[in-house]
Amino acid sequence: MFELAKGMGTTLRHMFEEPVTIQYPEQKRDVHERYKGRHELKRYDNGLEKCIGCSLCAAACPADAIFVEAAENTDDQRFSPGERYARVYEINYLRCIFCGYCEDACPTEAIVLEGHYELSYTSRRDAIFTKDKLIVPSPDGKPDTPQKVEPGVFTRSVPEMKDPL
Amino acid sequence: MTDLITLTIDDKTFQVPKGTLIVDAAKRVENDIPVFCYHPKLPQVGMCRMCLVEVGRVQRDRATGQVVMDGDKPKIAFAPKLETACTVPVEEGMHVRTLNSKVEDARKDVVEFLLTSHPLDCPICDKGGECPLQNLTMRHGPGTSRFIYGEKLHSEKHVPLGTEDNALIYLDRERCIQCARCTRFSDEVAGDHVIGFYERGRKIEIVTFSDPGFDSKFSGNTTDICPVGALTTKDFRFGARPWELINSASICPHCPVGCNLHVNTRRTGASGKFEVKRIMPRQNELVNEIWICDKGRFGHHFAASPDRLTTPLIKKNGQLVEASWDEALDLVASKLKAAGSSVYGLAGGRLSNEDFYEFRKLFNGNAALYSRMGGGDLIQKVGIGAGSNFSAMGRGTTIVVVASDLEEEAPIWWLRVKQASERGANLIMVNARSTKIDKYAKKKITYKYGDEVNAVDGLTDAVKGSENLVVMYGSDGLDLGASKALAQACANLLINTRHTGKVNNGLIAVWQHANDQGAWDMGVRPTTEPIPERALLWIAGADLVGDGETLPYADFTVVSELFLTATAKAADVVLPAQSFLEREGTFTNGERRVQRYYRAVPPLGQGKADWQIFASVGEKCGQGKVKASPSLVMNEIARSVNHYAGITYQALAKVEKQFPDVGGIDLYYGGNAFENTTGLGVQYPSATDRGEGVVAASPESKPEKLNGMIAVPVTLLYDHGTTFARSFLMHPRVPQAFAEINSADAAKLGIKDGETITLAMNGDEAKVMAHVNGRAPEGVVLVPQSLGVNLNRVSGVTIKK
Repeated sequence: MFELAKGMGTTLRHMFEEPVTIQYPEQKRDVHERYKGRHELKRYDNGLEKCIGCSLCAAACPADAIFVEAAENTDDQRFSPGERYARVYEINYLRCIFCGYCEDACPTEAIVLEGHYELSYTSRRDAIFTKDKLIVPSPDGKPDTPQKVEPGVFTRSVPEMKDPL
Repeated sequence: MTDLITLTIDDKTFQVPKGTLIVDAAKRVENDIPVFCYHPKLPQVGMCRMCLVEVGRVQRDRATGQVVMDGDKPKIAFAPKLETACTVPVEEGMHVRTLNSKVEDARKDVVEFLLTSHPLDCPICDKGGECPLQNLTMRHGPGTSRFIYGEKLHSEKHVPLGTEDNALIYLDRERCIQCARCTRFSDEVAGDHVIGFYERGRKIEIVTFSDPGFDSKFSGNTTDICPVGALTTKDFRFGARPWELINSASICPHCPVGCNLHVNTRRTGASGKFEVKRIMPRQNELVNEIWICDKGRFGHHFAASPDRLTTPLIKKNGQLVEASWDEALDLVASKLKAAGSSVYGLAGGRLSNEDFYEFRKLFNGNAALYSRMGGGDLIQKVGIGAGSNFSAMGRGTTIVVVASDLEEEAPIWWLRVKQASERGANLIMVNARSTKIDKYAKKKITYKYGDEVNAVDGLTDAVKGSENLVVMYGSDGLDLGASKALAQACANLLINTRHTGKVNNGLIAVWQHANDQGAWDMGVRPTTEPIPERALLWIAGADLVGDGETLPYADFTVVSELFLTATAKAADVVLPAQSFLEREGTFTNGERRVQRYYRAVPPLGQGKADWQIFASVGEKCGQGKVKASPSLVMNEIARSVNHYAGITYQALAKVEKQFPDVGGIDLYYGGNAFENTTGLGVQYPSATDRGEGVVAASPESKPEKLNGMIAVPVTLLYDHGTTFARSFLMHPRVPQAFAEINSADAAKLGIKDGETITLAMNGDEAKVMAHVNGRAPEGVVLVPQSLGVNLNRVSGVTIKK
C-alpha cells in the first residue's frame, strides 16, 4: 500500500515539472549557434549576393553534393561584386552530409550552414535545392539581384575580411 | 653524336648533351627547378628570377689555366651569388645546389615579391587550379607577406585584346607577372609582332597594337603558356573550374596537320548533358608540339550548333520530312539493291578512315573523293620518311613549298617550317603570288599560274648538295589535273635527287581537308572524269551545291551530313552523321600519321557515325553485319589495306615519354592538358621507306591558257566552310567577301583599296571588296574560297567598278 502511494507521489511530482518535450510542429526549438543545418546563401547589406560562383565549395564537398555554374556580371546586371557570379547553384540534400567543408572553403563567407532542420521531400528532384531556394532575401529596402549599379564600384570579388581565419 | 657533359645536381651525377640549360638538365633527374618566365619552347630571358640556384664550377689556376685539384678531385668554386638556371648552360664538372637554404630563401623572396602586385582573386580566375603561380606559391612561397595588402597595385581587369566583339583573348593586367612568355611566343614562335610591353617598371603592361586586336592565328597558345591567369580565352571565360573538366583525346578536323587535341567537357546544369568547355592542345612533338591554331581551338562550336541534323529526312512530295532510321535505311537499301552497279559515292575529306573503308565497300569501288588535289598515291610512295620531324630540321635541310599559302592552309606547318628556316633550313618558296612565309624564305621563285610544273622542274640545281629535302605542295590555283601533274613533278624532284625513303626527306601534300590522305589510302580517290549518271548517288560530307558545283544527276540521291546543306536540301534522303566530338575514328594526316580520336560528348539527336550508316545499309544489302565498334573496322583495314598492316587502335594509343616534358605534375609550363597519355599515332612507312624502288614519271599537264584577267581561288583559314561557319566564336574574325588585286591592274581600272567592285566570271556576278595589298600578281584577281563568292577553278574574269 505504501509502495503504491510512493509511486503515485513520484507521478504527481512530475506532473508539476516543466515538460522536456515540445509540441512540434506547432512549437519549434531553437538550435545551437553552431548547428549545421540546411545551407543559406548570404547577401551583403546592399543586397548583392556574396557568392561569386567559384565552385570551391563544390571542390571541397566530400559528397559531391554541390553543383555550380558561373556567369559574368555586368554593371547593368550585377548579382555579386566582381566579375563572376553563380548562375546555377544547387545542393543535393540526399547527398549532403552537413560536414560544413563548403563553409570552410568559401572565400566570401557566402555559404553558411544555418539552423534549418526540416528537410523532408516527396521526390528526389525536390531534394535538390536550387539557388532561389537557398538564397536569403535582400535586406529591407534593398533591391533584389540583378541590380543596376554605378560602373567601376564593385570591382573586387573577394572582400577584405576583418578576421579571415 | 653530340658531346656529353657530366655534371652534378644535388649529389646526382649524370650526363646531358652540351648546350643543355641547367633547368632542363635538372628535369632529367626529376629535380623540378621552379620557373615562371622560362619555357622550353621559347628563347630564354631570365626575367623572373624564380629559378635561382647555386652554381659551382671547376676552378682553374689563373696563370696556367690548369684545373686546381682538391685531393684527387677538381676543386669546385661556388659563385658568391645565385645564378638563373634557365640561362646558364651546363659545363663539364659543374656542381649545382638547388635545395639549400640560400636557394630556398631566394625562391621565397621571389614569390613574395611577385605576389605584391598580384590580386589573389584565384577563386574567380579561369587559371585557378592549373596555375603555375598558385602551385609554386604553395610549394615555395613564404606563406605570409611582409607587404601591406591594401597597397596592392590595381589595374584594369578583363581587357579584351581587340574590341569587345572580336576579341578572343582577354587580358587581366593586375594578374600579369611580366614573364614575357606571351610576347616571346608571338614574336619568336608565331612571328606575329602584335603584342608587346608598354611602359616601364611598375607601370609595365601588355598591349596589342594590331587591328583586330591580337591579330594572330596562334593567339590561343599564349593562354596555355601564361603562368598566371592574365591571358584567358573568351571560349572558356567562367566556363568551369579546371578540376571539374573531363579530358578526352581528339584530333583536329580542320586541316591536314592533324593536331592532337584535348577536349574538355563538363555536364551542364540546364540540360544535364555534356558540353565542350574548351579545346586544348595535346603534346605530340612529331605533329603539333604543344601548339594549335585558333581555328582548332575555337572552331568547335559547330558540333553543338542548333542547325545540326538530328533525324533522318525523307523527301515526300518535294518536302524533306522527318523519318525513322529503319524507314530511311530500308528505303536507301531497296534503292541501292534496285540500282545494281549503277551507283556512285562521293565523299568529302572530313570522313574518318573507317568511314572511307565502309563507303568504298558499300559501293564496291564506285566511290570518289570530293577534292581537287591529286598525288595521294605519290605520298604513299615517296611521302616524307617515317619518323621525320620538322623540329629536327635546320641547317642542311632544304624545304620547298610549292603552290601553298601555308599559314592559311595548315597553320601549324607554317609555324614549324618557319622555325626550321630560322634554325638554318634552306626554305625555297615556289608560288605564283606572295604569301606571309616569303620573308623566311632563302629563295623565292615566282611563276605564272599554270606554269608550276616547269618551276619545280627548274629546282634541281637549287636543291643540289642539300642533305635533306622536303617538298610540300598545295593547291593554289590548281585543278585536279594540274595538281596531279604538280605532285608528279615534286615527286620527280625527290626521286631524281635521291631524297626518298629517308628520315626528314620526302613529299608532303597540303591537303584541303583533315583526312584526304586517308581517303586515298582507303582507295577513295578524286576523279577528273565527270560523275556519270547513275540510278543512285550518295554524297557523304561534301557540299557540292554550296560550293557552286552542279549536282550530278541521279535518279535517287542520298546525303549523309552534319547540316542541312544546299546539297542535302536537293537530296531524296538525308541521313544525320556524327561530328568528330561524338564518335571514335582515325584520321591520316598529311605526313601519313594515322591518329585516333575518341568520343568526348554523346551523339546529338539520332546521329550515327558515317561508317555505321554505310555498314547498316550494307547489312540490309547482304554485305555482312555491322561491326560493333570502329576498332573492328580498323582491324579489317589493317588486314586488307596495303600500308596499314599492324595499325590497330591499340597501336595508335601507344605513348612514350616526350621531351621537353611539359605535361607532368609540376605544371610549371602552364595548362594541364598538354600531357599525352592517349596516343601518338602511327606513321605508316611509305613504299620507299620499305625499300621499294620508284621511278620518275613525266607529269601529264595540259594547262589551260586563259587570256586576259584571271580569277584564282585561294584558301583562307577563316572562311564560311560548312563546319567553320557555325563556329560562332570566330565569326568576327571571318572577313567580308574580298578579292586581292595587283596595284598596276587597280590603277588601270581606277580601283582603290577598300572599294566595292563587281567580279563577272563564269556567267555569274559577285560584289566584293577590293584589297590592293601587293599580294596578287599582275593580271590576277585572288578570290578566297567559301567566302561568299563561288569560284572553284581558275576562270577568266572582268572587273567592274
